[in-house]
Formats: sequence, structure tokens, C-alpha cells
Amino acid sequence: MSAVLAASGPTAAVAKRGAPFRVMPGFRLSLGFTIFYLTLIVLIPLSAVFLKTATVSWEQFWNTVTSARVVASYKLTFGASLLGAFINVVFGGIVAWVLVRYEFPGKRIVDALVDLPFALPTAVAGITLTALYSANGWLGRFIEGVLGIKVAFTPLGVIIALTFIGLPFVVRTVQPVLEDAERELEEAAASLGANAWQTFSRVVFPTILPSLMTGFALAFARATGEYGSVIFIAGNMPMVSEITPLFIITKLEQYDYAGATSIAVVMLVVSFILLLTINLLQAWARGKSGK
Amino acid sequence: MSGAPVANVRRGELPSAPQILEPRWVRNVLIAIALLFLTLFLFVPLVSVFYEALKKGWDAYAAAIVEDDAISAIKLTLITAVIAVPLNLVFGVAASWCIAKFEFRGKSVLLTLIDLPFSVSPVISGLIYVLLFGAQGWFGPWLQEHDIKILFAVPGIVLATIFVTFPFVARELIPLMQAQGSEEEEAAIVLGASGWDTFRRVTLPNIKWGLLYGVILCNARAMGEFGAVSVVSGHIRGETNTMPLQVEILYNEYNFTAAFAVASLLALLALVTLVVKTFIAWRLNESIADDVRISE
Repeated sequence: MSAVLAASGPTAAVAKRGAPFRVMPGFRLSLGFTIFYLTLIVLIPLSAVFLKTATVSWEQFWNTVTSARVVASYKLTFGASLLGAFINVVFGGIVAWVLVRYEFPGKRIVDALVDLPFALPTAVAGITLTALYSANGWLGRFIEGVLGIKVAFTPLGVIIALTFIGLPFVVRTVQPVLEDAERELEEAAASLGANAWQTFSRVVFPTILPSLMTGFALAFARATGEYGSVIFIAGNMPMVSEITPLFIITKLEQYDYAGATSIAVVMLVVSFILLLTINLLQAWARGKSGK
Repeated sequence: MSGAPVANVRRGELPSAPQILEPRWVRNVLIAIALLFLTLFLFVPLVSVFYEALKKGWDAYAAAIVEDDAISAIKLTLITAVIAVPLNLVFGVAASWCIAKFEFRGKSVLLTLIDLPFSVSPVISGLIYVLLFGAQGWFGPWLQEHDIKILFAVPGIVLATIFVTFPFVARELIPLMQAQGSEEEEAAIVLGASGWDTFRRVTLPNIKWGLLYGVILCNARAMGEFGAVSVVSGHIRGETNTMPLQVEILYNEYNFTAAFAVASLLALLALVTLVVKTFIAWRLNESIADDVRISE
């Protein structure tokens, strides 16, 4: 790969700027260090996962990744991640809209607070949400007492935790698009007789759709790998509330490295597919906004 | 994380007071829904961390924080961040320099690879170091022969932290340096400045807010990382427990007040991070607005 990356620096720069020679120094040094550090910290360690799996027979691999308990953990992890991401699309979309379009007291503080799930360590989020939603917690007392629904230590708790950690993604991807949206188009639609709902569904919604989908994919991708905020509130009952990342830890604690690695490969492949999807969605969003 | 800086950068460029088309009641209902959602999911949890920590009074709170294991967890967390953040800072500057200032083939591949650690589950980020340095791992036997401990010791914790915080500085600096171009640096070089002087006196002042922004985010994650560190730490009390791991242990021992006391320190770190981040985003905004004014 380094061979591909190396050459063509000066010529491309020359072609682009039309300068007679390349003046900027430090190309070799900075690129060399970047590739060295990337290889050492990311590429070699990550390749260990795939090389380790290569030592596992196909049958053993398949039996591990399709055993009933693991399949139940996929269902919970991906199901809860989907629901959490969906909740975030609906409410995150509304939050982004309100933050961009309306004025209200405390708006700047609210805006800054949206990033809390990025800044708050996941273990702190985990124990806090558990305390809040358990039977005698502030929210759990009400939900369990009045509605008769148990949240903590059930799959519902997993959804709550994954909604929390995915919250900023949709808001932060939709916000800049709404800010850049040409308000004239909406005013034109209104002056041509469209009502508020028609203006939203025909003019605004198509503009923000790619960013909503990107935010959804980002929140979903983050949620599928999430560990810290989930394990406290999940209860971790096999077949019911056990997420896939926890399963990897369980296998490791039993010194079943091959098993842990096999499940990790499945998750990594899913992550890479999601990463690719997100890149495509972002390219689409850029194309749509004409940038 | 992706949209955040962009969102902040663009703010404030909007033409003022546009007409609101929807009826007033729609607006009020939407504001109410948004605030209710954020109150339930952000505000209430944040308040409850401090409430739970202080439930048994200041004395219990202070005692939980000055306890020996808590102190050693705080120290380990600081040591980890002090090693991981500068390394990723140097990497971030090098990566953004070659990506923003030069054209070369494979650049988009490089960009994707830099982002890779963000799409890997924290648990897997820890697992990879177990596969490398564990007893059955690639370097396991060699390390054992030479009596070097990486896994279930401080080096493993630092390595896992470096991995999970790898992209933070780079991904803040790359778009910023790309937007700024390299005309100023080229001028300095042509006028005879050395490469290092050019970087120090031209580039660095231009990117300082973006740099700080990346460092702040990198630091928050380095101090707060749980999943990856949990896999490689071995959970030895007073030795290989970082603050988030200490929170877990105390919580699992039903020592809730102490768990929330340590957690409250991490929550304070998160709040400080948000405040500094907001302030920097505001400065970034200004410096970019200045750039636009100059170029126009």
C-alpha cells in the first residue's frame, strides 16, 4: 500500500496549482510517520483478529457464530440499535429543527448539552441510567408504578442506553444542513399557496433526508458496538438481555480466544459494511447539497 | 462525532430573522417535545449523577474520593491520558499536514483507515491487544520469556486507549487545514523561512483552536474509555483500574455512593469538556469568519 501512496505528490500538486515547483516541505516525513503510526497502532493489531480467525476451522467458526445464545445476542444488539437509532431520528430531527429555527431562553446551553453523550464516559452513563430506571429510581418508580413496565434489566433498558449514546449523531448531522437550507425556497412555496405541512414535506424534508439517514446510520453503527453504557442496565440474562460485545468478553473470560475472535469478526464485518454505507450516504448528501 | 465541528463552524453565518411560516402552536409544541426529550435523556441523568454521589453528604463523598484505590485509579487515568493524547496529537498534525498540503494517490483510502478505530467496538479494540500480547498471543511467549508485562498492566491500558482515541485530533485538523489551503505557508517558504519555522509561526497559529478542540475531545475519551480498557486491564485493585473501571467495581459491590462519587468526577470532566468545546467552537467560528473576510 505504501507504494501506492508514495509517488505522485509533487506532480499532482503542480498540475493543480500550476506552480513551477513544489515549495511545501515535509511530505515524506509527515506521510512516512502517518503510515508508520497507523500501521503500528491500527493495522497490525486489527489484522490480528482476522489472522487469528484463519486458524479456526470453518465448521468451528460457523458453530460459534450461529449458536443459539449468540444469535439471540445479535437480535438484541441489532434490534435495540435499530430502535434506538429510529427514536433518535424522530426526536433528534425535532431537536435539530428547534435549535436552528426557533429562539427560546437557554438555547445555547441546550445546544452545548446535546454533546453530553460524547463527553460523558460510558460507564458513568451506564450506572446513572440504571439508577434512574430501576424500580426505585426517579423515572423507574413512575414507569413501573404507574405504567407497570419494567425498564432496567430488560431489553427496554438496552434501548434506553443505546438511545442515549446515539443522541448527538442525528442532531449534529441534520443541524448544519438545516442552517444552510435556502429559506427562500420555503417562502416561495408558501407564497405559491403551500401550507406549512406541504412546505415541510415537499421542500424541507427532501433537503434533510440524506442527513437524517446519515445520522441514523452513525447512531446505529455506534450502538451496535456499545458496551459500557449497556451492561449495567441490561441485566445480561442469556438469551434475553445479553448484547454481543458482552458475549465477546464472556468468551475471553473463559479463555476461549478463538470463540471471542470469531464473534468479533462477525461484528467487524458488520461495522465495515456500515462504514461503507455511511460514506456512500455522506457522498449522496454532499451531492444533493451541491458541495 | 462527525457533524459536530462543522455544525459549530457554520453557525452565525445565517442571514438574520427569517420569517417563520408554521403556526405558533406548532412551534411551541415542537419546542416542548425537544426540551422534554433532552430533559429526560440528558438533563435528568446529569443531575442524578451528582445527586447520587452526594446523597449521603459531603463527608461520605470526600471519603470515597480520597480512598486509596480511588486515588490510584485517578492517577492511572491521568498517566494514560498524558501518554495517549500527545502521541495522537503528533500523529494528528503529521496526518493532516500530508493530507491537507499535498496531493497523492490513495489519499481517500488513508482517510478511511484513519477513521477506522471509530467504527470498531470498544470491546474489539481491547480484544486485539489480547490477541497480540496475551499468553496465547503472537508476542505472548516472547514477552513472558523476557518478563515484560503488557497485558493486564499499564502498557496494555495505554495501548488500548491510544487505539480508541487515535482519530480525534486528525479528524478535527484535516478539514480545517484543507479549508485554509497552503498559500500562507508557501509564501513563508518562498521568502526563506525554514519548514519548521513555517509550521511554528504560520501553520500553528492558524490551526491552534482546531488543535485544541481535537485535544479536548481526545482527552475526554482517553480518560473515560471503558470497554477497551476493561478487556486489557485485568482489574487489579489499586494497580490496573482506571476511574471508569473503579466505578464499575464499586457499583458491582453495591457501594453506590462511592461509585457515583468517582463517577461524578468523570461527569465534571465531561462538563468541563463541553464548556471548553463550546468556547473553542466559538473562537473557531470567528477565525474562519476572519479568513473569509480576508479572502474576499
